[in-house]
Amino acid sequence: MTTYQQVLRLTPAMSFSWRRAQHVIEHNVMNYRRNWFYLVSGFFEPLFYLLGIGLGLGRLVGSLSVDGHPVSYATFVAPGLLAAAAMNGAMWDATFNFFFKLKVEKTFETMLATPLSVLDVACGELGWTLIRGAIYSSGFLVVMSIFGYCQSPLAILCLPAAGLISLAFGACGLAATSFMRSWQDLGTVSLAMLPMFLFSGTFYGLTFYPGWLQAIIRLTPLYQGVALLRDLDVGVLTPVMWVHVGYLCLLTLIGFIVVSHRLVRLLTP
Amino acid sequence: MDVLPDVIVEARGLQKFFGEVEAVRGIDFSIQRGEVFGFLGPNGAGKTSTMRMISCMSPRSAGKLLVRGHDPAESGSEIRRGIGLVPQDDALDSEMSVLDNLHIYGRYFDIPRKEIRARAKVLLEFAQLTDRADSKVDNLSGGMRRRLTIARALISRPELVILDEPTTGLDPQARHLVWERLYQLRREGVTLIITTHYMDEAEQLCDRLVVMDRGLIVGAGTPRSLIEKTVAREVVEVRLDDGNYLSLVDRLGDHIDRAEILGDRLCCYGEDGDQILDLILALGIHPASSLVRRATLEDVFLFLTGRSLVD
Ligand SMILES: Nc1ncnc2c1ncn2[C@@H]1O[C@H](COP(=O)(O)OP(=O)(O)OP(=O)(O)O)[C@@H](O)[C@H]1O
Ligand SMILES: [Mg+2]
Repeated sequence: MTTYQQVLRLTPAMSFSWRRAQHVIEHNVMNYRRNWFYLVSGFFEPLFYLLGIGLGLGRLVGSLSVDGHPVSYATFVAPGLLAAAAMNGAMWDATFNFFFKLKVEKTFETMLATPLSVLDVACGELGWTLIRGAIYSSGFLVVMSIFGYCQSPLAILCLPAAGLISLAFGACGLAATSFMRSWQDLGTVSLAMLPMFLFSGTFYGLTFYPGWLQAIIRLTPLYQGVALLRDLDVGVLTPVMWVHVGYLCLLTLIGFIVVSHRLVRLLTP
Repeated sequence: MDVLPDVIVEARGLQKFFGEVEAVRGIDFSIQRGEVFGFLGPNGAGKTSTMRMISCMSPRSAGKLLVRGHDPAESGSEIRRGIGLVPQDDALDSEMSVLDNLHIYGRYFDIPRKEIRARAKVLLEFAQLTDRADSKVDNLSGGMRRRLTIARALISRPELVILDEPTTGLDPQARHLVWERLYQLRREGVTLIITTHYMDEAEQLCDRLVVMDRGLIVGAGTPRSLIEKTVAREVVEVRLDDGNYLSLVDRLGDHIDRAEILGDRLCCYGEDGDQILDLILALGIHPASSLVRRATLEDVFLFLTGRSLVD
């Protein structure tokens, strides 16, 4: 089982097993069995944006173009909201819920008294952020196709791409949360998420911004995700996509390495 | 068939540092399979630090440690599979029901769901929580939570159960119920490690124990041998109006083994308490109050550390 680390040598040296990591996911599922309402409610947020801004505001905006394809404004906005759904689903669990389990409920200490290792815990928690993100993004993608905002059969590739967005945000979110000391600190993270949601090309392209600001925005994971999904939605495959994919993979890897080392420090002093 | 080694935990020169803080400063002990082994000590003695090292939740800083025949540094996950831990703070899933707490804990040990359901039924009975199976943990009393934590630790049928202050904060009735359950486990052949700062608990439950103070073991043995070896069989506590204890001790001389002034009382230790009291009366001294009792681990602790165990 330790071969994973021998390949990477970047995560803490300890045993890891998928089977044990699954039990960490199972814990989350059990927790949400009682709170399924919260799980479902998160799905409606991007839907409301789609109806309010995509359809409502879209009438004023008219049509736009993606890679030379003319599309309605709602079709333009939909992939952006899909990326945001993948982000928000993952972030909710990676921030508030993770903090609660880490600092308040001591859930992970309990897990570490059993055969589970820190690496199992980190992996299971990341897996759960992916699942939560995937629930929202797949639901939203279904809505998109019903409304006719999917322009190409290739739009189905939005699903794995959205999964990658969830993973990148999940891993970075877990890593950031592991440094938080209070609920107030966490509030700062939420505050930083809002401008990212609004300005990362979700609702309009970057051409309005001066060049230096564009460069910064291109570095945000949400921009990378939105750009990827928007191209897939209209069915354009470009080599640049691999840059987006590579960037999101890199963030996932860095986030995971950081959070697993932090958990070793915090949980096994 | 594997022959199980008799020693289930073995520590030599075991140490634990947290930066500058030396929580455990080199302790030796070995725990036999099937016994109830106690760690007695005041706040900050290093009990929890030691428990966390034994349960492979915290790496040791130095020394040797073998648990269930393995080194925690190498096979933590494997060792923990056979350990049931009752942590000092229950760390239950407060949002979940009693039954779900048992269930998910069993899952961490890879136990099939059906098997967990069967075991949980028995354990709820054992912990007298059957009628609270569906209550949220938030709504349980402290004693119920403690019993649930003990039940949870048993779901994997561990051969070694580690209990960190199992009865702290419980009322006498709840404490006796927990003790009862621990006796039952012992009869079933489970090895128990218990930490406590209640000397009566240690005396009642433990086959053998060590007394810890400031990260060191200051005494070891069976409760009775420890008492008789360190202090004496009996104690006379007297309170004098004039408080002139030193002269009394002088006059008693060799008739007592030891004497200790404890606040406003004088404790005289010897083989026969009544005889010592008679002697005091024969000296023409009339104490404001007097009490003859058997020496306890509290007295042992006082002797070993010069401080009282529970202030
Ligand atoms: N994670 C930690 N970081 C820094 N210091 C610690 C940590 N855990 C324990 N200590 C210190 O180690 C010493 C021993 O603590 P420990 O919890 O082992 O004592 P204890 O015998 O269990 O006490 P109590 O009866 O209060 O539970 C204390 O001085 C404590 O402050
Ligand atoms: Mg303690």
